[in-house]
Amino acid sequence: MYPQKFDYFCPDTLEGVIELLTRYGEDARVLAGGQSLIPLMKLRLASPKYLIDLDKLQDLSGISEQRNEVSIGALTRHAEIEESELVQSKLPLLHDAVTVVADVQVRNLGTLAGSLAHADPAGDLAPALLALGARINTVSSSGKATLGMGELMVDAWSTSLGGDQVITEILVPIPPQGSGGAYLKFERRAGDFAVASIGVQLTLDQKGNCGDIVIAMGAVGVTALRAEKAEALLSNQPISDDLLKEAASAASAECDPFSDIRGSVEYKRHLIGVLLRRAVEVALRRAAGEKVKTVHG
Amino acid sequence: MKQLIQVKINGRIYREEVEPRMLLSFFLREQVGLTGTHVGCVVGECGACSVLLEGRLVKSCLVLAVRTDQKKITTVEGLAREGTLHPIQEAFVEHYALQCGFCTSGMVLAGHSLLTRNPDAGEEEIRQKLAGNLCMCTGYTQIVKAVGSAAKAYKK
Ligand SMILES: Cc1cc2nc3c(=O)[nH]c(=O)nc-3n(C[C@H](O)[C@H](O)[C@H](O)COP(=O)(O)OP(=O)(O)OC[C@H]3O[C@@H](n4cnc5c(N)ncnc54)[C@H](O)[C@@H]3O)c2cc1C
Ligand code: FES
Ligand code: FES
Repeated sequence: MYPQKFDYFCPDTLEGVIELLTRYGEDARVLAGGQSLIPLMKLRLASPKYLIDLDKLQDLSGISEQRNEVSIGALTRHAEIEESELVQSKLPLLHDAVTVVADVQVRNLGTLAGSLAHADPAGDLAPALLALGARINTVSSSGKATLGMGELMVDAWSTSLGGDQVITEILVPIPPQGSGGAYLKFERRAGDFAVASIGVQLTLDQKGNCGDIVIAMGAVGVTALRAEKAEALLSNQPISDDLLKEAASAASAECDPFSDIRGSVEYKRHLIGVLLRRAVEVALRRAAGEKVKTVHG
Repeated sequence: MKQLIQVKINGRIYREEVEPRMLLSFFLREQVGLTGTHVGCVVGECGACSVLLEGRLVKSCLVLAVRTDQKKITTVEGLAREGTLHPIQEAFVEHYALQCGFCTSGMVLAGHSLLTRNPDAGEEEIRQKLAGNLCMCTGYTQIVKAVGSAAKAYKK
């Protein structure tokens, strides 16, 4: 099983990458970790004539804290995010998500920007970054741009990125003190894509009630989705079992899953409700300062 | 158009011409002649083709050989020293951790990679970190035992 023939370039600079993308237009694709693009090329679902490897752009890799944000270079591998103490301590929701992406081998090569650009509806990192309110920095022949996750995501396997637009950096705001987050994924077997997943980031107010809350759902729509009705029910409220049940039903109703080999529409709606309740519980405990390990289905 | 690459495989330098679409798994087996790396699914699902690239476990069917220019690769053939099996290989023999042997080179390297990073890995972590490697003979219990028992050899 081989990809169709292509010409291969491995430029030393980002300018070099943009120049090649501008020159070859639709016929060119960039290669990051290759963990999604190479399988697509082998199955001939993608057959770029020109493949432009980002491997030498090591400036685009690495994790650092900048004021109240964590900056993650586009080419940062999943494994580096998993091993980062900064991510573990400041962004537990993202850490939960990255540790359940595929398996060790895929995490050793796959990159954060590659995941976002590939836009698999069942991917784990888009819902995580949506819940965290991340912004995406890009460069193209017409200059730099910053996109919110909502602006980046368009459809299944489709983003708003232009043909010569390259993701360079992902900026994740560090949640304030008293905030807690969790990402839970339900998978059929270890290493598979999600049947459904949930990311929750919430902040406790002075009275210990839920303050602001963001809920993102994965694998139950063409892109990651916010559970806005559930958020409205829970925000600025004391969390009770009854309220959580109500929010879970709201999320089950507002998600938009399709039926496939991983499950029926009804099953996925049900799962979203269950995952929502579990994720809110973990987020609340973490917000109160407890160290909680997430257990995935 | 073929491109010249220089790769260090198991400590030896190879200079080879490859077509850009050549996958590392086939490059190793057919061009370099190292057939210890097995090819199962070719789509990144089974882990049989696992090798170490710059010390990290990867599936060689998901890597283009041209990308490994100037890089270091370890295959299962690189573990034994002068005819003496590596402790992780000994552990697989001792625990009968292979049946048909098809998944074995990938399993051995996955175990080796895990223990190199964390010689204190317990059963749960071993199971998690080996999840990318499938054994069609389903001999997982013995494989997990073998990796666990090899751990002592990795502690300084
Ligand atoms: C067996 C297997 C299981 C998997 N399971 C999961 C899972 O459970 N959850 C999950 O989330 N993912 C999973 N993945 C996907 C994995 O996370 C990939 O790493 C990821 O989707 C793509 O990242 P990459 O760096 O490998 O990108 P590539 O494959 O190199 O590229 C993917 C796409 O993104 C484009 N691209 C790459 N980088 C950029 C950039 N900087 N700017 C603009 N466009 C860019 C490419 O042109 C291409 O179209 C799995 C993959 C495999 C093989
Ligand atoms: S042959 Fe590479 S993962 Fe199966
Ligand atoms: S021993 Fe046969 S596939 Fe694992």
